[in-house]
Amino acid sequence: MQVTMVVNDAEVTAEIEGRLLLVHFLRDTLGLTGTHWGCDTSNCGTCVVWLDGEPVKSCTVLAAMADGHEVRTVEGLADGAELDPIQQGFMQCHGLQCGFCTPGMMMTCRALLDRNPDPTDAEIREAISGQICRCTGYSTIVRSVRWASVHEAAANK
Amino acid sequence: MTTVEEPRTTTFDDNDQKPIGFGRMLRKEDPRLLRGRGRFTDDVQLPGMLHLAILRSPFAHARIVSVDTSAAEAAPGVKAVVTGEALKGLGLAWMPTLSNDVQAVLATDKVRFQGQEVAFVVAENRYAARDALELIDVEYDVLDPVIDVRQALAPDAPLIRDDLEGKTNNHCFDWETGDAEATEAVFARADVVVKQDIVYPRVHPAPMETCGAVADFDAVEGKLKLWSTTQAPHAHRTLYAIVAGLPEHKIQVIAPDIGGGFGNKVPIYPGYVCAIVGSIVTGKPVKWMEDRSENLISTGFARDYIMRGEIAATHDGKILAIRTNVLADHGAFNGTAAPVKYPAGFFGVFTGSYDLEAAYCSMTAVYTNKAPGGVAYACSFRITEAVYLVERIVDCLAAELDMDPAELRLKNFIKPEQFPYETKTGWVYDSGNYEPTMRLAMDIAGYPALRREQAEKRSRGELMGIGIAFFTEAVGAGPRKDMDILGLGMADGCELRVHPTGKAVVRLSVKTQGQGHETTFAQIVAEEIGIPPADIEVVHGDTDQTPFGLGTYGSRSTPVSGAAAALVARKVRDKAQLIASAMLEVTVADLEWVKGSFQVKGDPGKAVTIQQIAMRAHGAGDLPDGVEGGLEAQICYNPSNLTYPHGAYICVVDIDPGTAQVKVRRFIAVDDCGTRINPMIIEGQVHGGLTDGVGMALMEMIAFDEDGNCLGASLMDYLIPTSLEVPDWETGYTVTPSPHHPIGAKGVGESATVGSPPAIVNAVVDALKPYGVRHADMPLTPSRVWDAMRGRATPPI
Repeated sequence: MQVTMVVNDAEVTAEIEGRLLLVHFLRDTLGLTGTHWGCDTSNCGTCVVWLDGEPVKSCTVLAAMADGHEVRTVEGLADGAELDPIQQGFMQCHGLQCGFCTPGMMMTCRALLDRNPDPTDAEIREAISGQICRCTGYSTIVRSVRWASVHEAAANK
Repeated sequence: MTTVEEPRTTTFDDNDQKPIGFGRMLRKEDPRLLRGRGRFTDDVQLPGMLHLAILRSPFAHARIVSVDTSAAEAAPGVKAVVTGEALKGLGLAWMPTLSNDVQAVLATDKVRFQGQEVAFVVAENRYAARDALELIDVEYDVLDPVIDVRQALAPDAPLIRDDLEGKTNNHCFDWETGDAEATEAVFARADVVVKQDIVYPRVHPAPMETCGAVADFDAVEGKLKLWSTTQAPHAHRTLYAIVAGLPEHKIQVIAPDIGGGFGNKVPIYPGYVCAIVGSIVTGKPVKWMEDRSENLISTGFARDYIMRGEIAATHDGKILAIRTNVLADHGAFNGTAAPVKYPAGFFGVFTGSYDLEAAYCSMTAVYTNKAPGGVAYACSFRITEAVYLVERIVDCLAAELDMDPAELRLKNFIKPEQFPYETKTGWVYDSGNYEPTMRLAMDIAGYPALRREQAEKRSRGELMGIGIAFFTEAVGAGPRKDMDILGLGMADGCELRVHPTGKAVVRLSVKTQGQGHETTFAQIVAEEIGIPPADIEVVHGDTDQTPFGLGTYGSRSTPVSGAAAALVARKVRDKAQLIASAMLEVTVADLEWVKGSFQVKGDPGKAVTIQQIAMRAHGAGDLPDGVEGGLEAQICYNPSNLTYPHGAYICVVDIDPGTAQVKVRRFIAVDDCGTRINPMIIEGQVHGGLTDGVGMALMEMIAFDEDGNCLGASLMDYLIPTSLEVPDWETGYTVTPSPHHPIGAKGVGESATVGSPPAIVNAVVDALKPYGVRHADMPLTPSRVWDAMRGRATPPI
């Protein structure tokens, strides 16, 4: 079947099998390998991307379901050379180690700040609770989001 | 020797402003990982690449009667189907393990654990490969499995390893350490003896990225390129050469970015060998990437030690001796990744941080119908088990003596002046100053106030527990006279080249999986040679590009390779000094090194920078006699001893008496790993390891039913802590350098995983004191805590 969608602001059309998962469509068909695949039961969240601005686990979405919709991946997070404040926050606060959960984690955190620019630590933890990180122990991820929140607030003043 | 440093308040937003050397520095690897431009194994895409999927056994123990692959071979997109029989023809049906045992690549005679590899398919894409697995028809003759490790040596137990000639039972090995008689004598005269059975259940490292490989065999060049998730690329290359008979210079192993290792990616798995065979058979690149269930069911598990601990002491709390007997479950093949002379790893450090009169351990390891493994998950070669045993049994003694567990530990610590300290099992601890570390943790925690709060809560029927663990690690394997992996000495190479313009490249034999080597190794070299870390490229993971060494595990990178990096930089600096003496027309003795340049003593105006020296080394004009052009060196570092970092951990838990749910409210971790290269990265290592501890203590377990079905083979059942199960970590540190390490640094990566489980379990048991609980085994899930509260605490296996 043929699908057409907008991925990171660019329209793509492809011939795919109906059963193809969105995560494999992004990675194998489009070569957007920033989105990862860490489990087979929809628990780990390393595959989180946005579907029409909503974070979804792309291992649990068929590529066909994204037909006619808009997808954003980690590759579409930075504005050219300028990193998104979330990306800067993860760097400044050491919110990543192996980097495998990072793309999905940042997509969720960006979505959180878009809805709630000044979240509490508890709200940040709640927001990322669908995503597993094996390296950081989460504290520095919480700090990273707070860093982004504070710096965005300062920039918007 | 020990200092308690003030935390650094200065931070730098821009790496270009970074001062040369140690300190908080943002990571050089982050920019690519933040943009989705990391390059992990499954990101590798080659022209014509095919995909491989593995058919696995549904049974724990069964004879293979027949395998029919005809329907699979005829399926659309399928390029090859390979069985154990086919591999047998190539001499590849079995491969050596890291413990000198053998493991089936694909089962030929029978399957020995659920999830074992039986056949593989190579197809045009991963979906077609999976489809074809369904079409392979295997007829099994199901056999009784051995699941309960305590029954493995029963006379009527089914024989698992009938492939080993003359093998008549499931015995794997016996091992002992210490002095049995001397220990018995001390126990006989002790005032108090406490005995406790303690189980460290089977868990799994479960890195977020599973294991995988892309094999590309070029028949024209006769060269094999293998991208794979390996923590030890050079050791893997040598083993492939031995197993597959390919000449070693025609094998290039490339470990690209790795999405976490935690010891899971040390062994060679059948999937890697299958990918290589798949590429040779099809003449195309072949990718194998396991899914999560395959990772959990078939790759290296961790722990699975059943321990009996005994401790002898005087009435006033002087610990005299510790004795333990261990039954170790190694699964169907002994695949334990450990130095050859250490079948039980470094379990011998079970005497912990205490000055004892005697100690003894006897161990029996057995085969069961489970996946192989044992050494993984940041265990530092079984030190997780050793530290858990000693820290649990010391708490049992504290309960018996009705003594504060902190006080009991402080009373028995090895004293700073006793280092280097030889333990009763023969380990020589390099340095330590335990009391200040313990006191700092107690200060951060507000220990007396916590005990008061606990007393008040107890009087109201609330359950609050405070758990302490004080550990001594042993990391940096290791001295080559004693330590080797399949005959390969555990030394590590390092190579440093300074380019004409003063930029540099350093090549490592170790392989990061997120621990930040690209940053910290640049810092080590920068500290020694004065080139800013931003100007130093760190190359690792590619066996064609890096010097030989044993890889990253056992927290050995800083102790071994870090030492190599410092020494190779000093070697280059020595050469630079000869060149500087010619440039400044003075003798070498007249020069002094002021970080980044050589100055004429007493005349700071006369100096040349390392960058100027580099240009001169490559440029025109004569060099001093005997000095070759260029500015580079290489080294292979053979450590004289391990490093022994230590730490004091305090955990505070609250337990809901109605649901038995344990909440870790606070966790204080004070680590001492000697000289600190990058405090930010150390903190991250500690945070990650503490989270492992919460997982193991409260949530994680790979369990089996009586038929040998693995009950923990997905993230639905194998529970890993999320952001909601862990607190905001509180850390501190002291600095007791390693006297034998060139920069005084010790390893630290695994300390928190080693030290945190006993702290958490001690806290839970402490909380349950009103119920008369003295011990309860991990994982302390609500149902297991509930049972403990009702006097029904049973081992999990």
